[in-house]
Amino acid sequence: MKRTVPLAITFIVGTVLVLADFIPHKPFGNLGDDFSLYFDIIAVFAFLLGGGNLIRVHLTKINRKRPDWQFSIVTLVGFVVMLAAGIFKISNPEGIQGDVAAIGSLFNDLYMYIFTPLQASMFALLAFFVGSASYRAFRAKNIEATILLIAAFIILLGRTPFGLWLTEGLTGDLAFLQIPNLANWVMDVPNLAGQRAIMIGIALGVISMSLRVILGVERTYLGQDSD
Amino acid sequence: MKHSASSTFAFLFLFLIFTGVLFAQDEPIDSAMVDSVATAVEEMVPVNPPKPAQLDIVQDNPGDAGSSIHVSWILSPDDGAGDNDVTSYIIYRSESPTGPFEAVGSASRGLVEFEDATTTDGIEYYYYVETVAGDDSARSSISRPIKSSAQWFSTKDIDTFIIGLMISLSVIFFIFAAQKGKELYLRKIAGLEAVDEAIGRATEMGRPILFIPGILDMDDVQTVAGITILGRIAKTIANYDTKLNMPVSRSIVMTTARETVKQAYVAAGRPEGYSDDMVHYLTDEQFGYVAAVDGIMVREKPATCFYLGAFFAESLIMAETGNSIGAIQIAGTAMPAQLPFFVAACDYTLIGEELFAASAYLSGEPKQLGSLKGQDIGKMIAMAAILIGCGLFTVASITNSESLLSLANTFRSIFSAS
Amino acid sequence: MANNEVQNQSLIEKLQLIDRRIIFVFIACAVVIPLLVGATMEEETTPIVQAFFDYVENLPEDSRVLLSFDYGPTTAPEIQPMADAIVRHCAERKCKLYMMAVWATGHNLTGETIVNVLNPEFPDYKYGEEYVNLGYKAGNQGLIRLLLVDFKRMYSTDAAGTAIDSIPMMENINNLKNFDLIVSFGGGFPGIKEWVLYAGDPGNVPVGGGCTAVSAPLLYPYYPNQLIGLLGGAKGAAEYENALITAYPQYENKRMAGMSLMVSQTVSHMVIIFFIIFGNVLYFLHRSKQKANGIEGGQS
Repeated sequence: MKRTVPLAITFIVGTVLVLADFIPHKPFGNLGDDFSLYFDIIAVFAFLLGGGNLIRVHLTKINRKRPDWQFSIVTLVGFVVMLAAGIFKISNPEGIQGDVAAIGSLFNDLYMYIFTPLQASMFALLAFFVGSASYRAFRAKNIEATILLIAAFIILLGRTPFGLWLTEGLTGDLAFLQIPNLANWVMDVPNLAGQRAIMIGIALGVISMSLRVILGVERTYLGQDSD
Repeated sequence: MKHSASSTFAFLFLFLIFTGVLFAQDEPIDSAMVDSVATAVEEMVPVNPPKPAQLDIVQDNPGDAGSSIHVSWILSPDDGAGDNDVTSYIIYRSESPTGPFEAVGSASRGLVEFEDATTTDGIEYYYYVETVAGDDSARSSISRPIKSSAQWFSTKDIDTFIIGLMISLSVIFFIFAAQKGKELYLRKIAGLEAVDEAIGRATEMGRPILFIPGILDMDDVQTVAGITILGRIAKTIANYDTKLNMPVSRSIVMTTARETVKQAYVAAGRPEGYSDDMVHYLTDEQFGYVAAVDGIMVREKPATCFYLGAFFAESLIMAETGNSIGAIQIAGTAMPAQLPFFVAACDYTLIGEELFAASAYLSGEPKQLGSLKGQDIGKMIAMAAILIGCGLFTVASITNSESLLSLANTFRSIFSAS
Repeated sequence: MANNEVQNQSLIEKLQLIDRRIIFVFIACAVVIPLLVGATMEEETTPIVQAFFDYVENLPEDSRVLLSFDYGPTTAPEIQPMADAIVRHCAERKCKLYMMAVWATGHNLTGETIVNVLNPEFPDYKYGEEYVNLGYKAGNQGLIRLLLVDFKRMYSTDAAGTAIDSIPMMENINNLKNFDLIVSFGGGFPGIKEWVLYAGDPGNVPVGGGCTAVSAPLLYPYYPNQLIGLLGGAKGAAEYENALITAYPQYENKRMAGMSLMVSQTVSHMVIIFFIIFGNVLYFLHRSKQKANGIEGGQS
């Protein structure tokens, strides 16, 4: 029973939702959107589990004075302050009934002046990591790596005026060999072909995986071993 | 209609008055009076009405859930040509051919269709289109009666349905055919071959394994794929008695992952080795999550990192940090934009469909492996369609053959989503 | 001789394993210095951006343009310049601007464009008559699907809470098909792809997009049949600004955000190219030294 009921639910709901995509008549027409909405509602309530877990983990860390327990205090203070600012609409010029993110409210100030810069800083790390990853990874170790390296050069140079400066002498029939034109060709032809092939493969992989789940062949996500 | 009838009446009335005044006059008519009457008449009678649009198709919207009628028309000759003064079209509707009609919508100049999404199924409606040019207008003829209704099958999706059915049936066929015991050839996937070695490395070094299931929720198929792989890996981790650290960014993923890992430990005969703290929630926010994960990496220095699921911009941040601590990294995602970052920074990368095949691959079970063969049939269909389509367009282009081009376009439309 | 070779080899290996923080310092200088100096750089417009520009340039007066701000603060440095440039261009063409967002964070960024571009540069643009801010609505692609059928059912008020029926420019807006152009800014989900799949294609409404550089390759397949044009990253923004300056010389002395970023991008690209070349030179030197050592070892 413990195994059969979840599998039956998965099979029935999975099959109906797939078929509902082709049946516009009520109630099937909106079934996909409705179930997405149900999931979103469940996810919002499930947030209580996650938030509760976060508090429990960090309180335990503080209690037992585990390494770096001081930072757990920072986490909990941030959690509580942001929560209180939003729920109680502290300093909200529109009062308790106003928009939670009203300009001038503590919530909006915390969002704009702490959260957003922190978010932008983390995103900015990408610029540095691209540099270090390129230095380490783009080595001409074999033919494929060399082709990748050449393509990377063409794209990088093609996105700068130096690319045009280096090859502006190539005009007329040879104009296609100008680096910016080559860069556009690399993006428009081999890159696009590769992206499309990967996307087709992904779509087929999704179909195969979904059918395994719907038919009950794959059960590890339920915490069960397969037959 | 009301506008033109009242204008005509007013014109006749004023004409009669004017004529009466004319014949009754003993004196010549005052020119100012003539001017004012002429102005009044001008304002009431459409001097230069636009040529009306003609109704083209009025039909129940095909393949929908009802309450919608499609109205299309042929552009007025004064729209984009002629007097070129058309500003808009107003669509009128009534339940009777004699009215009263009410406006149900409008369309800008240049547009030729309108969806009336406010109909009640089963009721007959009549439509006409009024062409508007500033203060002037002209209407089309009234349509035949039309009812809206809901359909049980969306015929415009028939191609998708058939192709989807073919691929699904081939997957299902091979799942059950594989039970007969026929050995299937599978190419080696380096990332999956390295899983055991990666877990063994962490065990030898006495350092934990970090597992990141992506940043989307359980409603995303990549997360489901990541969790199914976790179930396989967790069993090996339980056997080796290695520490697992799995920070997650969604609460439902936390619940599911806990159940998966717990069952894996039970199946490995080591239920006492499991702890709920292995899977813990951090935050839903993308960069807050990756900041916390990076902190865990730098402090705990896991020997092995698995990144299996849906990732966005945070992929390179995690992978580079993992590289800096000397961890062996196995990544897999179906986000094409993130694959290059994982390929550059990780030791092994499962590309797209390999992520979905991984669970079947690791299980080694015939039924699971059979589904991979069915997937290959789908690839053969795709490859055949691409070759045939490209061939048709190429030959049509070279020979300038209209019939071949038409065939090529028909072939392409079969594989188009809309 | 042998000791020098050993020392040189160590140097090569040391350089190959250079502390990544040194690379970070170079990248930081490459990005920050041009911004501090205030340098700008013109970018020649590529066909995919020019197509977008030409489409907007050919829009008649009073055309209805729907602009969806589907991005957040993290990608704003890349996307805000293109949003500003396109809004500027549409205002020059005297189009009616309908602004909305399917991302919660897009609402604030819409306000930035209005405050920084529309209000100061086009003071005759009146709210409710020439532009309107409809604000954010949840629903992702479901919202777009519903807007295609019934716009006012989803947007009964604008962002400030004013009833939609009392806004003059909303009078003839019943669904997305009443727009002459839909422009989506943003590369995430929901974004340009969803606007194409659920609005542009089924509704036959022209769609244009502005996205991050990393998302652009995924959207190229949609051009030109389903996208009238695409601006990819800061470069796309700079190209559009260049096209704008060419067509409207009054902007020649205006400091454009996209063009300002291009100098940083160019210099940082050159730094990355330098490090790639440097890394490969070290790699080949190391390999040749290893081969030479292997020959010497065999002889002795």
